[in-house]
Amino acid sequence: MESAEAEPSDSRPEEDGAAPCSGLPPPEHPAATMEDCLAKKMEITVSEAEKRTGRNAMNMQETYTAYLIETRAVESQSEGQCAPVDSLWRRYSEFELLRNYLSVTYPHIVVPPLPEKRADFVWHKLSADNMDPDFVERRRIGLENFLLRVASHPVLCQDKIFYSFLTQEGGWKEMVNETGFQLKADSRLKALNATFRVKNPDKRFTELKHYSDELQSVISHLLRVRARVADRLYGVYKVHGNYGRVFSEWSAIEKEMGDGLQSAGHHMDVYAASIDDILEEEEHYADQLKEYLFYAEALRAVCRKHELMQYDLEMAAQDLTSKKQQCEELATGTVRTFSLKGMTSKLFGQETPEQREAKLKVLEEQIQEGEEQLKSKNLEGRDFVKSAWADIERFKEQKNHDLKEALISYAVMQISMCKKGIQVWTNAKECFSKM
Amino acid sequence: MAAEGRVLAPPLRPPSPGGGGAGAPGAVPGPLLAAEVLALDDEEDDLEVFSKDTSLTEVNSFSSSVPISPSSMRNQYKLEDEPELRDLFITVDDPESHITAIETFITYRVVTKTSRGEFDSSEYEVRRRYQDFLWLKSKLEEAHPTLIIPPLPEKFIMKGMVERFSDEFIETRRKALHKFLNRIADHPTLTFNEDFKIFLTAQAWELSSHKKQGPGLLSRMGQTVRAVASSVRGGVKNRPEMFTEMNNYMEAFSQKINVLDKIAHRIYKEEREYFNEMKEYGPIHTLWSASEEDIAESLKGVASCIDKCCKATEKKMAGLSENLLPILHEYVLYSEILMGVLKRRDQIQGELDSKVDGSKKTEKDLFSEEIGKLEDKVECANNALKADWDRWKQNMQCDMRSTFTNVAENNLRYYEECLATWESFLASQTVELHMEEDSEDRP
Repeated sequence: MESAEAEPSDSRPEEDGAAPCSGLPPPEHPAATMEDCLAKKMEITVSEAEKRTGRNAMNMQETYTAYLIETRAVESQSEGQCAPVDSLWRRYSEFELLRNYLSVTYPHIVVPPLPEKRADFVWHKLSADNMDPDFVERRRIGLENFLLRVASHPVLCQDKIFYSFLTQEGGWKEMVNETGFQLKADSRLKALNATFRVKNPDKRFTELKHYSDELQSVISHLLRVRARVADRLYGVYKVHGNYGRVFSEWSAIEKEMGDGLQSAGHHMDVYAASIDDILEEEEHYADQLKEYLFYAEALRAVCRKHELMQYDLEMAAQDLTSKKQQCEELATGTVRTFSLKGMTSKLFGQETPEQREAKLKVLEEQIQEGEEQLKSKNLEGRDFVKSAWADIERFKEQKNHDLKEALISYAVMQISMCKKGIQVWTNAKECFSKM
Repeated sequence: MAAEGRVLAPPLRPPSPGGGGAGAPGAVPGPLLAAEVLALDDEEDDLEVFSKDTSLTEVNSFSSSVPISPSSMRNQYKLEDEPELRDLFITVDDPESHITAIETFITYRVVTKTSRGEFDSSEYEVRRRYQDFLWLKSKLEEAHPTLIIPPLPEKFIMKGMVERFSDEFIETRRKALHKFLNRIADHPTLTFNEDFKIFLTAQAWELSSHKKQGPGLLSRMGQTVRAVASSVRGGVKNRPEMFTEMNNYMEAFSQKINVLDKIAHRIYKEEREYFNEMKEYGPIHTLWSASEEDIAESLKGVASCIDKCCKATEKKMAGLSENLLPILHEYVLYSEILMGVLKRRDQIQGELDSKVDGSKKTEKDLFSEEIGKLEDKVECANNALKADWDRWKQNMQCDMRSTFTNVAENNLRYYEECLATWESFLASQTVELHMEEDSEDRP
């Protein structure tokens, strides 16, 4: 499933994706429509993978895989000539950098996930080695899928850093770091704190978080069991290969039975060999599910951002309220709430009217500032919710479509496997009946 | 542990023709060759004297060997294909546990239905325990040292995890015992063996007293020791080419069949492991469907398909354990029996050879009566074995053909069932989603 066609939902609101989030620079244009998406204007492929050796940050030698990204502008049909192909090499860590940048810069977007960093859910035939050619091949496909998803996203496809990732080999890393996005990233600790303490998050986000937890748990479980099932199926098929060998040897000592045995043995070999292709195809199906396993994490990230913003808002509102109260107390001279300052001033003498006046003024300034801040935070929060929810709806449609297709492709694979089995055993039966 | 009292009896199985090869034992019993048969002396028990009759003869109460010519055996072989000519039907069922102060053991019900004249009644029902089957086998081996006596299930399976008195063990043994008796019934010579008849008809106390007659265990053991010793000495250098070929064949066959037995068991084990994992696989999809809306139906559909395939796997496994595994195991035992028969033939030959060599040394008359008798004995043994060998090979071929064809059919049924399940799921999905791809795979 390399081509990621992100279908826009018809119910998508007119303007979205243009909302600024927590003080970060807004994207330069309003969200692109499907036709304007980069994916339509440019062919993007990750066509090759190559083992490289180099020196890492600590000047130690390391081996890594580099991936070739090829891009070509899609010419309009009338021209008829093909544009030249541009290409550059990137390694997995650069993809990671790109994704981190996108996640921080667009916290209201469900950012497509990368393929797994390390081979997981392996069964005995699969290697857990990152350098294993099968793993590298599947990762190549996953990285291409990632790029296509980003290029088809109405908001993300317009990002300049993303465009440079595809087209500018040198100096890209520096460019990314210059945006200073790392500084704007929210700390995990802060986010966790917010999760526990937020009082009134939007219910939809709470539900969504719950859903993403369930999705992650059920897909993990499914992938684990699928790997075990694949392992066992492999065993069943491969043991039949032994029949081939023994039948062949046995046929040598038989006169009448010899031919039937020999040819039956051949079919058993065919049967045993057929499982390799079958299971390789199934790995691609597993990769499709894995993508949504990782998407669950992206969903959770958006929910966390909302919680953080809401918490910030609540804290700001609380702070404002308490300042207002202090102001009132100071103005009227009544002490409604206990404060150490109040007590000490009572014990050690009152403030002078001038001192009180000054204090009051400071407070009033702070209150005004606070009210403005609260207003803008509120606005930010509401914009975030609106644009995030729009992307979430888009994501839901994409997810439903993709998963349904995946399940259908799984059925098609099973059907193909059954048909192969029927053919082999029909042949074998004929040979046996001639024994 | 042994169950106390009655063990649940499996349903009565209709008599099977003992593995697909042997059919009717032969023609309807004709007039007794009483004269020739009764003329045998007791001490010539081991001799297999040829009758001039081409039809099966009957056994009287004294002789435990049936005189029969190889040509008549070959004629009878053709008749074995016609089941209507069978006149002896045996079933083994209803295992029951018996507990005494000393031991616990299982008895099986043996039901015999027959139209043969030499049986006083047309129906018999007796109970026999494993020991009794062992006794019968050893009597048949004694009487016909170069005939191929069908195998008995082993005494006690150490290698498997099967407990001595587990239901599975008892059932496997019951089926094998049933096979054993039917194979004897289908054998042109053995079917008329007197001990066989007694086994089928005698009441418990009658059988006990009959068992006590004849050479005791110790003397039998002595015979075996002598037989082994003499087989080491002789019989090989003058062995006819045909029997050397048989030996070579049996060695190769034995090795192959043992490997096949192992492969079949391994396949069964892998299928079971696969089944166990599949049992968990389907329900996860159902669980997932609970948190989804749009794709809930698709997920439930997949879950149901997987569950159906799971059940189909179970059926496949049952087919394996009912058919392939018992047959392969039987032939593993057969290969041992055949090696033993060939050895015994060599031993009989060895007796002659050593007598001849002895005569040469002492310059006695090479044409003495003793040597003459031994020569006859060797000729009889050789002919009996050759005929039985041919019969056994035919049966083996037939059994293998039908068993493996059955395995193939089993697998076909499995894949066809699974195919239908997934195709119907696919049809239900593609009604909504208009799929452009893979139109060739659609029904």
